[in-house]
Amino acid sequence: MALSRSRTALALVLAATIAFPFLAEAAGGGYYVGLMTRVMIYALAATSLNLVLGYGGMISFGHAAFFGAGAYAVAILAQEGVTSVWVAWPMAIAAGAALALVIGAISLRTRGLYFIMITLAFAQMLYYFFVSLKAYGGEDGINLVVRSRLPGLDLRDETTFYLLVLALLAGCLYLLGRLAASRFGAVLRGIRENEARMTALGYPTYRYRLACFTIAGGAAGLAGALIVNQHGFVSPGLLDWTQSGTLLIMLILGGVGWLYGGVAGAAAMLLLEEVLSLWTGYWKLGLGLVLLFVVLRAPGGVGSWFARGNARG
Amino acid sequence: MSALLLLEQGLNGLQFGLMLFLLAAGLTLVFGIMDMVNLAHGSLYMIGAYLMATLAQATGSFWIALPLAMAATAAVGMALEAGLLRRLYERDHLSQVLATFALILIANDLVRMIWGPQALLLDAPRALAGTIEIIPGAPYPAFRAFIIGVGLAVAAALYWMIVHTRVGALVRAGASNREMALALGVNVKRLFTLVFGLGAALCALAGAMLGPLLAVQIGMGESILIQAFVVVVIGGIGSIRGALVGALLVGMLDTIGRAFLPVLLRGFLSNNIADALGPTLAAMAVYILMAAVLYWKPTGLFAARG
Amino acid sequence: MKRIFAAAALACVGFNPAGAADKLKIGFISTLSGPAAALGVDIRDGLNLAIKHQGGKLGGLPVDLIVGDDTFSPDVGKQLTERMLKRDDVHIMTGIVFSNILLAVAPAVFQDQTFYISPNAGPAEFAGDRCSPFFFNVAWQNDNLHEAMGKHVADKGYRNVYLIAPNYPAGRDALNGFKRFYKGATSGEVYTKLGQLDYAAELAQLRAAKPDAVFIFLPGGMGINFIKQYNAAGLAAAVPLFGPGFSADEDVIRAVGEGMQGMFNSSQWNRDIDNPQNRRFVADFEKDYGRAPTLYASQGYDAGLLIDSAVRAVKGRIEDKSAFRAALRKADFKSVRGAFRFNKNHYPVQDYYLRLIAKDEKGRLTNRIVGTIFKNHSDAYVKSCKM
Repeated sequence: MALSRSRTALALVLAATIAFPFLAEAAGGGYYVGLMTRVMIYALAATSLNLVLGYGGMISFGHAAFFGAGAYAVAILAQEGVTSVWVAWPMAIAAGAALALVIGAISLRTRGLYFIMITLAFAQMLYYFFVSLKAYGGEDGINLVVRSRLPGLDLRDETTFYLLVLALLAGCLYLLGRLAASRFGAVLRGIRENEARMTALGYPTYRYRLACFTIAGGAAGLAGALIVNQHGFVSPGLLDWTQSGTLLIMLILGGVGWLYGGVAGAAAMLLLEEVLSLWTGYWKLGLGLVLLFVVLRAPGGVGSWFARGNARG
Repeated sequence: MSALLLLEQGLNGLQFGLMLFLLAAGLTLVFGIMDMVNLAHGSLYMIGAYLMATLAQATGSFWIALPLAMAATAAVGMALEAGLLRRLYERDHLSQVLATFALILIANDLVRMIWGPQALLLDAPRALAGTIEIIPGAPYPAFRAFIIGVGLAVAAALYWMIVHTRVGALVRAGASNREMALALGVNVKRLFTLVFGLGAALCALAGAMLGPLLAVQIGMGESILIQAFVVVVIGGIGSIRGALVGALLVGMLDTIGRAFLPVLLRGFLSNNIADALGPTLAAMAVYILMAAVLYWKPTGLFAARG
Repeated sequence: MKRIFAAAALACVGFNPAGAADKLKIGFISTLSGPAAALGVDIRDGLNLAIKHQGGKLGGLPVDLIVGDDTFSPDVGKQLTERMLKRDDVHIMTGIVFSNILLAVAPAVFQDQTFYISPNAGPAEFAGDRCSPFFFNVAWQNDNLHEAMGKHVADKGYRNVYLIAPNYPAGRDALNGFKRFYKGATSGEVYTKLGQLDYAAELAQLRAAKPDAVFIFLPGGMGINFIKQYNAAGLAAAVPLFGPGFSADEDVIRAVGEGMQGMFNSSQWNRDIDNPQNRRFVADFEKDYGRAPTLYASQGYDAGLLIDSAVRAVKGRIEDKSAFRAALRKADFKSVRGAFRFNKNHYPVQDYYLRLIAKDEKGRLTNRIVGTIFKNHSDAYVKSCKM
C-alpha cells in the first residue's frame, strides 16, 4: 500500500517537473526555468554526496572539489575551443572521478574527524590551485564562452537544457537506487554499520569505500559540467569549504540515506533562499533558523517525513 | 635577502601564529573536552571584534574596551553554550556541523542587522602607534610587538592554569578521558560552560588584536576558522601545548612562505604569475603539513586522548 | 511547490509588460558590504542624488532603481545580474566598482543587448579590441589616474620607485599605466591578493628594497589598512607615498586621519572645481548624507545625469536601441567635472588634476587641486577599438 502511494507521488512530481518549463515560459516566467534547472543540478551534486555519506557512511567535507573540478574542466576546454558535449562532459566526469580516486586513496586511510579534516584540506588545496591558474581566470574565475554543443539539441534554449538536466538527474537517481539495492550497496551498508565485522568476513572494505567515493566524485563532476553551463561562469569560490558545507547541509536537510534526500534538500534550501530573498535581505537568518529547527526537532531531515515505514538505507 | 628582512618576517610569522593560537586554544578545548565540532567559533571571534570596535568607539579608549569586550563575548559564549550547544554534546558530529553552520548564518545576519553591512574601523591605541626596535637598527611596529607580547603572556597563563590549578586538572582529565571524569563526579556542566566562556574570551582577545590590522567585517570568522581547525588537528585535539606548537608552525610556514616564495619564483616566472603562485603554494604548504602530520601521527603531535 | 512558482510567474506578468516603457528600470549592482563598501555606497548615493535633483525621474521617466550587493564576489554579481536581466527586466545596468566583477558580469549584459553605464570600473579589455556598443564608462579608463601619477613622479625626478597593486585586472592596468609615463627604475613591482588587509610581509620587503618613493593602487579598505600600517612601520617619514585618487579620497582620509596630510594624488574631479552643478552637487551631498563626497560619488552622480540626458533625447523611447546609443554618445549633459565628451570607445576624454591633501579654510583635512597633469587625455587602447 505504502509502495504504490509513493509510486503515485513520484509519478505526479515527475509529471509536474516535466510540465513546469512549458507553463512557466507561457506565463512569462522564463527566469524560473533557469532557477529550477539550478535546483536540479544542485540536487545531483547533493545526491552524489548522498552516495558517499548516506550509503557509504563517510563524512566528506571536500565534496565541492569534485563539483568544481567538473565545472572547470568544461570551462577550460571551452576556452581552448572544445565545446562538444560528447567530449567536455565525459572529461568533467573523468576529472571528478580521477580526483576522487586520488584524494580517496589517501584520505580513506583515516577515520572520523581526521577523515573530515583531510578531505577538507584537499578541497582547499584544489581551491588554491585554481586561484593560482592565471591563464584560466585565477581568483576572478572564467566566463563560459559558449554553452556546450549537442548536435540535434540547442542547449542555449532554457527549456531544452532544463529537460536534459532533468533526464540526467532522473537517470542518476535510478542508477543510485539500483546500486543501493545491489550486492555492492549491501556491502557498503555493512561496512557503514560495522566495518570490523565486514573485514572479518573477508571483504576488502577499503576498496569498496574507494569505489564508492570515486563513483560519487564522477557524478559530482557531471553536476559541475551542468552548473557551469547553467551559470555561464565558474570561479574558485565553487570549491571553497563553505560550498562543501552547503552541499552537506542540503543533504542533511533533505534526509541522509534516503534516495531522494539530495533532491529534497537542494529544492528546500534553494527555493527557501529565493522566496525569503523576495521579502528580506536577511534570508540567511531565516535559513539558519530553519536548519537549527531541523537539527533539534527533525534529525532525519525532510526524508524522515516521507520515508517512515519504507525500508531506509 | 638580508638577515634583517628574514628576522622581520620571522617576527611577523610569530605574531600571526600567536593569534592563531588564541583561536585554536579555545577550539581544541571544546573539541577535546566536549567532543564537539564547533564551526561557530569563528563567529565568536567576529562578535568579539565587533564588540571591541563599538566599545572602543564608545569609551574612547582601547584599554578600557578590551577587558569589557572580552567579558561581554565570554557572556555571549556561555549563554550560547547553556542555551543551545549543550543539547548537541550527545549528538553525532554531523548534527553538530549542521547546527553550528546554521549559527554562522544566523550570526552573520544578526551582525549585519545590528551594525550594518560596512566594515567597522578599529584603531590601534595611540601609545602603540609608532615603532620600537626589538633588534637594534630594525624598527618594528609597536602594535605588532605588543600582539606578540600578549600572545606569549596568554600562552604562559594558560600553561600555568592547566598545569598548576585545580580547574586545569579538571580540564586535563576531561580532555583525556571524559567518561572517567564524569564517573569521578566532576561537575561537568559547570566545567563545560566555563571552558566555553574561556574560549570565547580568547576569541574576543584575538579579534581585538587583529581588528586594527585587518578589518572588522561580516564573515571575518570563516576565513580564519579553517586555519584554526588545521592548527588543532596538527597539534592534537585537546592539547593546549599542541595548539601552541601547531599555531607557531602554521604561522611561520604561511608568513615566510608568502614572503619568500614569490621572490623565489620570480627567478623563472613573470611577476604577476609568481605573485599569484607564491601565496598559493604557501597556503597549500600548510595543508600539506597537516596531511603529513596526520600520516605519521594520526592523532596529531600532542594528542591528549589516552 | 513548482505550481506555486508557475502562479507567481503569472503574477509577474502583470508587473513587467515587455514593450513600451512607462518606467525606467535600472539594475544597480555594487559592493555595498565589507571593507570596500564605502565606494559602492558613495556611487549609489551619488546616483540617488542625481535622480532626486531631476525630481525622482530621469529623462522624464519615473525611476525604479533595483539595488543589489555583490559582496565583492564575481559569483554573486553574476547571479544578481541574471536575476535583474531575466526576472526584473531592467533597461540599464550600472554600479559595479571592481573590474574583476564587471568582467564576469558584462558578457551576459551585452548578450542580452542591455546597456551598461559604468560609474567606475573601466577595464582595458573594453577600451580596445573588445569594445562594445553596449558599454559606456562615465568615469575613466583604469590606467588613466595612474598614468597621471606616473608623469608627476617622473617629472619630480624620482629614480627608484616601489610599486604595489592588487592582483586583478584593474591592478595590472594601474601599474601598466604608471609605467607608461614613468620610465625610471623600479625597485619592486608587487601584486598583492585582492582584498588583503595585512601588509606586514610586503612592508618588510619594501623597507629592505630602499626605494626613494612608493606608488600604491589600493582602493577602499586595502588602502586604509596599508597606509595605517605604512605609518606604523615608520616608513612614512622616510619614503614619500604616491597614489591615484582612489587611495587618497575622503573615505581614506576619514579612516586614517592626520597621517594623510601632504599626500599627492591624481583625479579627474575634486570638490573645488568651480561650476554651478558641482557646487550644487557637493552642497546637497553633504546636506543629505552628512559626509563629504568622494570621486566615486561624483561618478555616480554623472552617470545619473548621462542617463537623464539620453532618455530625454529619445523622448522616453529607450527600446529604440540605436537611437538611445546615439544619444548616450552625445553625452549632452553638464558634468560636475566640467566639460565631458566620449571617445569612440565610449570612454571619456578629459583633464586629469594633481591634488594635495591639506587643511582647508575650515580646518578640515581634504583634497585640493594644485595643478593639471593632462589635458584632453584619452586612453592608450582606443586605437584597437573598431567601433
